[in-house]
Amino acid sequence: MRSLTEDPARSAEAHGERAQERKSFFTDTSICIGCKACEVACKEWNGNPQDGDLELLESSYDNTGSLGANTWRHVAFVEQDQERIQTARESGRKLVSLGMPGVGPPSSSGASGPSGGRDTTPPDTAEFRWLMSSDVCKHCTHAGCLDVCPTGALYRTEFGTVKVQEDICNGCGTCVGGCPFGVIERRDEGIIRAKTERNQSRYAQEIANEGTANKCTFCHDRLVDGQTPACAQTCPTTSIKFGEHTDMVHQARERVAHLHSEGMTEARLYGANPQDGVGGTGSVFLLLDEPEVYGLPPDPRVPTKDLPRMYKHTVVAAAGMLAAVGASFAWGGRR
Amino acid sequence: MTTSPHDSHRPPETRRSRRKGNRAEEGAREVPLVEKPQFSTYYGRPVVKAPPWGDEIAAYLFLGGLAGGSSLLAVGARWTDRPLLRRNARLTALGAVGLGTAALIHDLGRPERFLYMLRTFKPTSPMSMGTWLLSSFSTAAAVTAAVEMDRLTAYRLPLGPARRVLRVCESPAEVGTTLLAAPLASYTGALLADTAVPTWNAGRDELPFLFASSAALAASGAALVSTPPEQTQPARALSAAAAIGEVASMKIMKKRMHPAEAEPLEDGAPGTMLRWAERLTLAGTAGSVLLGGRRPTAVLSGLLLLGGSALTRVGVLRAGISSAEDPRHTIEPQKDRLERRRAQGVVDDSITTVG
Ligand code: SF4
Ligand code: SF4
Ligand code: SF4
Repeated sequence: MRSLTEDPARSAEAHGERAQERKSFFTDTSICIGCKACEVACKEWNGNPQDGDLELLESSYDNTGSLGANTWRHVAFVEQDQERIQTARESGRKLVSLGMPGVGPPSSSGASGPSGGRDTTPPDTAEFRWLMSSDVCKHCTHAGCLDVCPTGALYRTEFGTVKVQEDICNGCGTCVGGCPFGVIERRDEGIIRAKTERNQSRYAQEIANEGTANKCTFCHDRLVDGQTPACAQTCPTTSIKFGEHTDMVHQARERVAHLHSEGMTEARLYGANPQDGVGGTGSVFLLLDEPEVYGLPPDPRVPTKDLPRMYKHTVVAAAGMLAAVGASFAWGGRR
Repeated sequence: MTTSPHDSHRPPETRRSRRKGNRAEEGAREVPLVEKPQFSTYYGRPVVKAPPWGDEIAAYLFLGGLAGGSSLLAVGARWTDRPLLRRNARLTALGAVGLGTAALIHDLGRPERFLYMLRTFKPTSPMSMGTWLLSSFSTAAAVTAAVEMDRLTAYRLPLGPARRVLRVCESPAEVGTTLLAAPLASYTGALLADTAVPTWNAGRDELPFLFASSAALAASGAALVSTPPEQTQPARALSAAAAIGEVASMKIMKKRMHPAEAEPLEDGAPGTMLRWAERLTLAGTAGSVLLGGRRPTAVLSGLLLLGGSALTRVGVLRAGISSAEDPRHTIEPQKDRLERRRAQGVVDDSITTVG
C-alpha cells in the first residue's frame, strides 16, 4: 500500500483558486549573528506568552531552550573549538564524496554568491567558532503533526504551510508525538501560567489558546495580506530568507556550492531533499555541522510512512485475539 | 570553546558532566557489544517531544483493552451457554469502556471540545480511527449491557416499547461488539507507534500484539474475579494463551529494537514496572490455570492478571515518554540507520545534502 500521508498537491486543489505557490524559508545559519530579533518579533507579533522563569540555562547565549508551545523561533548557540571545526569540515566533505544528488561545481559565478553584490563571506577564525541557528517549524511536505491530528485542526494552508486552527483543536496532544522534530506542543496551564505575583502585576498577560496545540503559523495572517513573516522581515542579516519554495531551495543550493568552493566544506543543507523521510521541508537550513549539534534529528522520518504496516499488524493482532478467544471456548471449555 | 587565562574562572559545566557520570555508571553494567558511537547533542536537550499523555491515557489503554476482551468473552459465553459469564463480561465491558472514555476526555486540553474528534474520519490518524472504533463499540456494548441490566432487574425497568427494540437490537449489537472488540484492543498499539517517540515507534511491529495479549489477560482476570469457577474455564484457557502472547511479543519487540530504543523498557521506573508486570502476569496465569477452579484462588489470580495488564500499559507509556526525554534514544538509532543505508549504497534519501 502507498504510505498513508497527506498529499500536499491534493490539499492545494482543495483551496481552489486561492491556492498559491508553496512558500518557504531558507535559513542560512552561516550569516546568523544570533541577535534573536526573530525570536522577539515572533513573540510580539503572535502575542505568545512567556516561557520559563527567566532563568539562565548555562548554554552559551541560549536562554530560551527549545521550540515549544510559546516559542516558535529559537536561536541555538553552539561554541566549538578547532578540533570540532575540523571534524565538521570532514563530515561535510564526506557528504560530497558519498555522491549525494545534485552535487557539482557552483552553478553561479563563485565570487558574487547568491546574495548579489554584498559580501557574505563568513568570517573564518581558526581557533574557535560560534554556531548560531534560528530554528523554526519545518512546515514539512509530509507533516506528521497534520497526519495524526484527529480533529482536522491542523491543515495545509493555501501557501503550502502547516497551521493549527486554534478554535478546532481540542488539545488531544497527538500531534506533539507525531512531529519528528519536536516542534509542536500543547499550551498547558502548568507550563506557562505566569507566577502568581506576576499575574497581579500590570504586565500580566492574557493567555490565549490555553490547552490547545501551538506552533509557528508561518504568519498566515501576514501572508494573506501579502506581507513577509515577522521573523524574516526583522532579520537584519537576511539569514532568514522567505519566498517561493523552489526559489528558496535554489538559493540554498547555490549558497552551499559557493561555501564549498571557498573551502568551507562543513556547510550542508538540511531539508532540501524531497526524497528524505519527511519529503523535504518548507524551512530549508544551511548548517555548518551535523544536524544533531543544533538539536535537529539526523534522520527524521514521518511516522505515518509506516502506518499501513502498523494497521496491518493491528488487524492481524486483532484476528489473533479473536482466534485465541474462539479456541479458549472450543477447547478450554471442557472440564 | 576558547582557551584563555580566564578559563579558570568559568564555572564547571556541572549539568553535562553529571549526565556523563550517570551514563558511565549505567554503561558499566552492560557488556558493550559494539563501541558506543560518538555524537553530540544540543546541551543534552530532547530532540522530539512526547505527547502530553498522563496516567489517564494509560488507564484508557488498559480499560479499552479490558472492554474489548470482556465483550469477546461475553459473546463466547452466550454461544456456549454460560449466562453468568455472559452477564458479568457484558457489564464489565460497558463499565470499562465508559470509564476509559471519561479518562480519554479528561486528558484533553479542551475537554469541552471532545466531540470535535468526530468531525472528520481520517485514516492517516490512528487517534481518529480509534475514536470512531471507540464510539461505535460503546454504542453496541451499551445495548448488550442494557439487555443484561433489564434481565438482572427481572424486566422491571420502565422501558415500555423500548424493550422490544432492545431485544431486536441485541444480536446485531453483539455482532458489532464481536467485530470491533479486538481492533479496539489492538489499535492502541498503532496509536503509540505512529509517533516520533523512539521507543514506541521502534515497537511498531509488535505493540499491537502486545496490547491485544494484554487486553485478553485483563479480560480473563476480570472474569475470574467476577464469575464463579463453574463458568470461567474458557477465561482460564485464554489467560494461558494471552500470557504466552504477551511475554513473547515483549521479548521479540525488545530484540528487534535498537539497544538505545529498548533501554527505556528496561531501565528506571518504567523498567521496574514492566518487570513487575511480567511477574504478576506469570503468577496470575499460573494461578488461573492451576488453581482457578476454587473461588478464592481464582479471584486472587484474576486480580494479579488485572494488575499485570495495567502495569504493562503504564510501563510502556512511561518508557516511551522517558525515551523522548533523552536525545540519545533519538539520535543514536537515527544515525545508525543512516549509516546502514549509506553502507548499502542508498545516498539519495538523507535530509542532509550538499547540493
Ligand atoms: S516540523 Fe513538526 S510541527 Fe512543523 S510541520 Fe513538520 S511535523 Fe508539523
Ligand atoms: S492537539 Fe489539536 S492540533 Fe494536535 S492533534 Fe490534537 S486536535 Fe489536532
Ligand atoms: S513565520 Fe511568523 S509565526 Fe512562524 S516563526 Fe516566523 S514570526 Fe513566528
